[in-house]
Amino acid sequence: MATTDAAAHDGIRAEASQGTVVNFGFWLYLMSDVIIFSMLFVAFVNLSTNYAQGPTGQELFELPLVFIETMALLISSLTYGLVMICLRQGNTKWVQGWLLITFLLGVGFVGLELYEFLHLAFEGYGPQRSAFLSSFFTLVGTHGTHVTFGLIWILVMVGQVAYKGLTPAVASRLTRLSLFWHFLDIVWIAVFSTVYLGGMYR
Amino acid sequence: MLGRLSLQAIPYDNVIIMSAVALMAITGAVVVGATTYYGQWGYLYREWLTSVDHTKIGIMYIILAFVFLLRGFVDAAMMRAQQATAGPGQSGYLSSEHFAELFTGHGTMMILFVAMPLIIGMINLAVPPQIGARDVAFPFLNSVSLWLTYAGGMLIMVSMALGQFGTAGWTGYTPFSEQAFTPSTGVDYWIWAIQISGIGTTLTGVNFLVTILRERAPGMTLMRMPIFTWSALITMVLVVLAFPALTVALGMLSLDRFFDFHFFTGDMGGNQMMYINMFWIWGHPEVYIVILPAFGVFSEVTATFCNKRLFGYKTMVYALAVIAFMSFGVWVHHFFTMGQDALRNSIFAIATMIIGIPTGVKIYNWMATMFRARIEFKQPMLWTLGFILLFTIGGMTGVMLAIPGIDYKAHNSEFLVAHFHNVLIPGTIFGMFAGYTYWFPKAFGFRLDEKWGRHAFWGWSIGFTVAFMPLYVLGAMGMPRRMASYSNPEWTPLLWVAALGAVIVMYGIVCQIIQLISSIRNRHRLADLTGDPWGGRTLEWAMSSPPAEYNFPVIPRVHGIDAFMDMKENGTAYQRPAEYGDIHMPQNTAAGLILGIAAFVFGFGLIWYIWWLAILAGLVMMGAVIWRSCTDDVEFTIPADEVKHIEDERFRKIALASQQTDVIDSESRGRVNIDGEPLSPG
Ligand code: HEM
Ligand SMILES: [Cu+2]
Repeated sequence: MATTDAAAHDGIRAEASQGTVVNFGFWLYLMSDVIIFSMLFVAFVNLSTNYAQGPTGQELFELPLVFIETMALLISSLTYGLVMICLRQGNTKWVQGWLLITFLLGVGFVGLELYEFLHLAFEGYGPQRSAFLSSFFTLVGTHGTHVTFGLIWILVMVGQVAYKGLTPAVASRLTRLSLFWHFLDIVWIAVFSTVYLGGMYR
Repeated sequence: MLGRLSLQAIPYDNVIIMSAVALMAITGAVVVGATTYYGQWGYLYREWLTSVDHTKIGIMYIILAFVFLLRGFVDAAMMRAQQATAGPGQSGYLSSEHFAELFTGHGTMMILFVAMPLIIGMINLAVPPQIGARDVAFPFLNSVSLWLTYAGGMLIMVSMALGQFGTAGWTGYTPFSEQAFTPSTGVDYWIWAIQISGIGTTLTGVNFLVTILRERAPGMTLMRMPIFTWSALITMVLVVLAFPALTVALGMLSLDRFFDFHFFTGDMGGNQMMYINMFWIWGHPEVYIVILPAFGVFSEVTATFCNKRLFGYKTMVYALAVIAFMSFGVWVHHFFTMGQDALRNSIFAIATMIIGIPTGVKIYNWMATMFRARIEFKQPMLWTLGFILLFTIGGMTGVMLAIPGIDYKAHNSEFLVAHFHNVLIPGTIFGMFAGYTYWFPKAFGFRLDEKWGRHAFWGWSIGFTVAFMPLYVLGAMGMPRRMASYSNPEWTPLLWVAALGAVIVMYGIVCQIIQLISSIRNRHRLADLTGDPWGGRTLEWAMSSPPAEYNFPVIPRVHGIDAFMDMKENGTAYQRPAEYGDIHMPQNTAAGLILGIAAFVFGFGLIWYIWWLAILAGLVMMGAVIWRSCTDDVEFTIPADEVKHIEDERFRKIALASQQTDVIDSESRGRVNIDGEPLSPG
C-alpha cells in the first residue's frame, strides 16, 4: 500500500471500510426497494375493494396454505441466521448445509405461491379478472420474484463457497444476502397481514 | 418469430421521417466508417466503452445529452413551424398524430435524455475530485448506469425508424396510454426507454450517496463540502426516493398493456387517477432533481468568478435541503383541476408557494456574493447572470400557477408551457452550460473559445425570450397546449414570433458547435497547463487537467470550506510529497457494456412482442451480473514509479505555465482573505 502519511491513512481507511461501504450501498438499494413495495402496497389498498363483480379476497384465499408458506419463509430466515453463525465459526461444510436448507425452504415457499397463482388462474380468477386481483398478483408476485432471485443468489453462493472457500469477499457477499433474505421476510409479514389477514376480515 | 415486427413497421410513406432516418443512418455510417478507417475500434473499446473511470463516464453522459439536445431541438423547431403554419384555413405540414409524437418525444428526451445525463455527467466529472476521492464508491455500477441510460436512448432512436414513438405526452396519462386507445408500439417505446434508463438512474443515486457520504478526504466534514457536492447529495436523495415510484407506475402500466391487467384502465375496477398520482410522486421531485444541481453549479461559478467566498454557505445548504424535502409534498398541484375539494387544493397551493422562499434565499445569496466583487465575465458567469435574470420571471409565473383559481384557467395552456420552459431552460440548461464551460478544461485540458461562447449565450438568451414570452400571452388568450392546428387567427402572429425565437436559439446552438470545433483546433493556445484555469476554490482544481486516472497522487487533507483556496493561500497547493506510493484502481470491464446492450435488446423484444428475444436478453443480463459477482480481482496497481513519472510531467507543465503571465495573474488572485479582499494589490 501507500507509503506517505496521508496515502497510508487512505489505504488503511480503504481496506477497513471497503466491506462496510458495499454494505451501506446495498442497504440504500434496499431502501429504494422499500419504496417500490410501498407503492405496490398503496396500489393494493387503493384497489382492494375494486372487485368488478368478481370474487373477494374472503372467497379466494386459503389461509392454511398461506400459513404453511409463511412458516417456510420464517424458518428459512432462521436457517439463514445459522449460515451466518457457521460463517463466523469458519465451518465451511455447515455454511453450505444451511444454505441448501434455506434454499429448499425458499423453493417450498415459491412452489406454494405458484400453486396458489395457477390455481386461481385456472378457476378464472387471474389478474385480468379485476383491479383487485391485478394488484394482488402484482404485489405478491413481486415479492415472489424477489425470493426467486434470492434463490438464484443462494445457489451462486453455494458454488462460490465450494470453489473459493470462506474468503473475505465471499463472507461479505453472504452478509449482504443475509440482509436481503431477512428483508424479504419482513416484507412478507407486511404482505401476509395486509393482503391475506386484511382480505379475510374485511 | 418476430412478434409484431414486420417490414410494414417502417414508415416508408412519411417523407419527413424517412429523411430523418436517412440522416441518422448517414451519421452513423460516417462515425463507424471513420472509426474503422483510422483503426480506432480497439482504442474506443479499451479506453472508453469498457472504462469505469468517472471522468470518462461523465464525458460519455454529456455526449449523449448533447446528441439528444440536438434531436429534442429539431423536434421543437418542427413543432414551432407547424403551429406557425397551421392557423385557420391552413393545415400545416404535419399530421396531428405526428405532432403528438413530436411533443411526446421532445418532452421525454429533454427531461430524461438531456437534463438527466447532463446532470449526472457533471456530477461524475466534478463530485469525486471535489471531495478528494479517487473514484466513485462503485465504479463498475457507474458504468452499468451509463450503459442502461444509453440503452434507453437507443430505443428512442430506433423508434424513429421502426414503428412509432408515444403519442400520449411525456406524462403518458392513462387511460389514453392504455392498450385500448394506443395499441401501436408508441407507448411501449416510451415506457421501456424511460424504464431502463430510470433504473440506471436509481443505481446512480445509490452510488453517489455512498460516494459522498463515505469517500470524502480526511478533514472534509459535511459542512465543508463544496456546494455543488451538496446539491449532488441532495439530488441523489431525491433520485433514490423518487425513481422507484416511476419504476412502479411504468411497471403497472406495462402490465396493463401487455397482460391485460386493470390498474389504470377505465373498466374492471381500474383507477386512472392512481396513475396520475403515482406519476407526479416521481414527476414533481424530478423537476427539482433537474434544477438543484444547476443551483450547485451557479454557486461554484459565482464564488469563483467573483473571487470571493460564497455568501451564506450554510443558508445555501439549508435552502437546498428544504426545497428537496418540500418537493415531495406538493405534487397535487399538477391536478388542481381534477376534482378534489377546495381545502385540499388550498393546502397544496400554500405548500407549493412556500417553496419559493428558499429559492429566493438562494438568489439573494448569489447577489450578495456578487455585491462589490470584481466579477470576471467569463462564459460560466455569463450563463449564471442570464439565469438569475430570466429564472426570476419563471419563478414568479410558477407562484401564479400555484394559485388554484389561476390554474383553473391556465393549466394545460401555453401559459404553462411558457412557465416550465422558463424554469427549465434558464435553470437546468443554462446551469449545465455554465458547468460545461467551467469544467471543460478540467476534463480535456484546454478551455473553450470565449468569443463563440458569448455568441452562443446571446443566441440562447435572446432566442429563449423571443420564443417563450409570446406563449404567456397566448396562454392568457386561451390557447391550449399540444395543438396541432387551431382556428383562432389572433394566435398566428405570436406563434410566428415564437418560431423566430426558435431560429435564434438555433443560432446559439450552431455557435456552440463552432465553438467546440474551433476550440479543438486551437487547443494548444487554449491549453490549461496548471489544472487551475479560473483560479478555482475547490479540490478538483488541485488535480492536473485532464486528471490522471487516480485524480490525486496523495489524498489531500481538508481544513475548511474552499479547500484548494486555503492551500493556495498558505502555499501548500503545489507542494510535492516526499515520495509516492502504489495506487490501486478499478480495472476496466466489458460487463457494463454487455448489460447495456442486453437491456436494449430486452426492451426491443418486449416492444415488438418478440418474447424469445426478450427472454434471451434477460438471461444474458443475469449471466453478466452473476459472472461479475463471482469476480474477486477487480483492481490493478499503478506502481509508485509510474505515479512519479506522471506527476513529474504535471509539474513540468506547471513550470512551463508559470512563464506565462496569466498564471501569475491567477496565482495572485489566490491570495485573498476571508472577505474576498486581495491581500496584495494587483
Ligand atoms: C430549445 C428550445 C425549446 C423549444 C423551442 C421548445 C419548444 C416546445 C414546444 C413547441 C412544445 C410543445 C408545446 C405545446 O404543447 O403546445 C414543448 C413542449 C415541452 N418541452 Fe420544450 N422546447 C425547448 C426546450 C426544452 C427543454 C430544454 C426542455 C427540458 C429540459 C423542454 C421540455 C419540454 C416538455 C416537458 C414539454 C411538454 C411535452 C408534452 O406536452 O408532453 N423543452 N417545447
Ligand atoms: Cu410540480
